[in-house]
Amino acid sequence: MNVTCPECSAEFDIPADTMTGEIVSCPECGAELEVVDLDPPTLALAPEVEEDWGE
Amino acid sequence: MALRVSIVGASGYVGGELLRLLLSHPEVEIAQVTSGRNAGKYIHSVHPNLRSGAGGRAPIQFVHPDKLEACDLLFLALPHGEAAKNIEKYAQLAPRIIDCSADFRLKDPDLYRRWYGEEHPNPAWLERFVYGLPEVTREQLRGANYASGVGCNATATNLALLPLVKAGLVDTSRPIVVEVKVGSSEGGAGASESSHHPERSGAVRSFAPVGHRHTAEVQQITQLENVHLSITSVELVRGALATAHVFANRPISEKDLWAAYRPFAKEQPFVRIVKERTGIYRFPEPKILAGSNYADIGFALDEASGRIVSICAIDNLMKGAAGSAVQCLNLMCGFEERTALEFTGLHPI
Repeated sequence: MNVTCPECSAEFDIPADTMTGEIVSCPECGAELEVVDLDPPTLALAPEVEEDWGE
Repeated sequence: MALRVSIVGASGYVGGELLRLLLSHPEVEIAQVTSGRNAGKYIHSVHPNLRSGAGGRAPIQFVHPDKLEACDLLFLALPHGEAAKNIEKYAQLAPRIIDCSADFRLKDPDLYRRWYGEEHPNPAWLERFVYGLPEVTREQLRGANYASGVGCNATATNLALLPLVKAGLVDTSRPIVVEVKVGSSEGGAGASESSHHPERSGAVRSFAPVGHRHTAEVQQITQLENVHLSITSVELVRGALATAHVFANRPISEKDLWAAYRPFAKEQPFVRIVKERTGIYRFPEPKILAGSNYADIGFALDEASGRIVSICAIDNLMKGAAGSAVQCLNLMCGFEERTALEFTGLHPI
């Protein structure tokens, strides 16, 4: 199934047996993405655990 | 039949990197490597990583420059001004030349005079050289006989700016300021008081806050006039990180930037986009590019002000010098562009 990253607009394929709620990674920007719908296949940014990044 | 290649001035850091790359190039045979100071010595006395092992190639010795013979392609890795003074002599020895110095990078003699403070010694040759950055001049390099080298700081800056320039996103009425952080190998193999370990170690040294000569190459390649470089040497041996501050000429989002950077990177075998939401290396990092010909580019946007921060990391001795030069050789001689250049760097390092 072809999907579009909501973060960077990259298009990529996910396996046909992917289920709603699964987490996938965008191959271009690395965003963690949740499959929120299958008809049509739709992704949303997954909640992230905040890292200590120098703050 | 292998291409017979000689390197003039092979005892410097760029010469050593050229040798390292060409010794594993399947289409190239090293003919001669010259060094006035080290004539007769084996190359591993200067470049210890190039010591040959049992069953490997025969050890290579430096020859004196006066003993340079004809070959198929000459790399010139000489101090500033030496290539331009003697280019006719070298052109008689080889039909193809790649000059790693700054002597033939600029097309305009007036620009050369302005940035280098003297008349070009051989201006008639400037037009004969193709600027040796394949990301910009790939088609001109195919079949060319003469290619220039590239400035390392200029290359990091050019590759940071070009996706934005090509996409027409730059507000050219506002200054474009680029901070380039660089490693000590940019200073060359010679030592000085300022490179003495107690002075250099741990220093964050603003060595060219304004007026760096590579600005001319950036203006020539990007066609941006209002661009300003500041160069700072940091605690690295290899590496350059350009951080360019550019204002967008219209309201944009990060998706617009992805749309600008993605097509640029997809045309380039050695340019990768690094912009991650998580992880340790979220933006380009020169440390992991040591020895690699890759240029990593990334970006961030402050939507409120329209400020784009465009970042490029390279190994100054590779994409910023010897790597791009070998990429030029591949294009000039019809070899696959990636040949001998696909080392990805080391991690951890």
